[in-house]
Amino acid sequence: MTNAWVYILVIAAVTFLVRAFPFVLVRGTITNPTLRAFLAYVPYATLAAMAFPDMMLATGTLWSGVMGFLAAAAVAWTGGGLFKVAALASGVVLIMEVLL
Amino acid sequence: MGRRHSFILGARDALPVSLGYLSVSFTLGLAARQAGMSTLQASVMSLITNTSAGQFAGIASFGAQSPLMLTALAQAFVNLRYVLMSLSLTQRFVPGEPLGLKLLAAFDVTDELFALAMKREAPLDPFYYYGMMAATIPCWALGTLLGASLGNLLPQPVIYAVNVALYAMFIAVVAPPARQNGRILKLAALSMGLSGLMRALPVVGGIAPGLRVILIALPLSFLFARRYPLSEETP
Repeated sequence: MTNAWVYILVIAAVTFLVRAFPFVLVRGTITNPTLRAFLAYVPYATLAAMAFPDMMLATGTLWSGVMGFLAAAAVAWTGGGLFKVAALASGVVLIMEVLL
Repeated sequence: MGRRHSFILGARDALPVSLGYLSVSFTLGLAARQAGMSTLQASVMSLITNTSAGQFAGIASFGAQSPLMLTALAQAFVNLRYVLMSLSLTQRFVPGEPLGLKLLAAFDVTDELFALAMKREAPLDPFYYYGMMAATIPCWALGTLLGASLGNLLPQPVIYAVNVALYAMFIAVVAPPARQNGRILKLAALSMGLSGLMRALPVVGGIAPGLRVILIALPLSFLFARRYPLSEETP
């Protein structure tokens, strides 16, 4: 049986390399307009795909997840900050999970 | 703005994430113990890795005693989305910032810290990032330690609520610019639509979420970059 420490080391090393190599590769400012546009769009594309549909599936019942998602979207759209959005969404889920 | 100030600001902004990390990492500790890791091993793993999906994959690999090469490969795949995030982050720091300072931040490119960093106006002070790390990493490790030693302390509804809170932060970052900019709204809507579609389809629905994200975000961002090149203002 291989020691758990070996696995932990492999996990940590690979994770760091994946996160670090873009910084080693790209040292300066990217001037290519297409590439710059690409990088400007990346955060929105990634964060949106991470939130949906997984947020709705992260709860005990689908409905509480759906309501949490809708609450977050509504509050964020109308200008609620990070904390307010997170607090309200989790509040909605908590209430629905306890009640249902 | 001084470094000290940036650091404190980063730590403060990341406090909600810290609370979330503290509670969602319980399950990580539990899973690690069930796979046969010690409490110390589970905690150290969380201290030096900070990647929920990746750690779960790693724990599973250890439990199954998978070959190390396969473990490394699986780890790289599950974490591939960080390449996109890091690439995006390279352009947020002041040009000419020493590589060492950036690599220290690279150590902790997580979904949530990436979201917070993107909410912050560029250029990003690495010390702001260190502040976020200082606030969140200990919580991630502590939650793992508690989960590994005491089991699940929190009632299930609370865990669900925290899960949702972390996802809600992504929405809080995307919504305001989407409201102001039609292209971003279109991009976010398409991204969510494709993500939902992929998740619902047979076979591809089983792909790890981290991989699904990159399969969608990579071509979609590229398509948008070709179609709507940047004018002077950022999108």
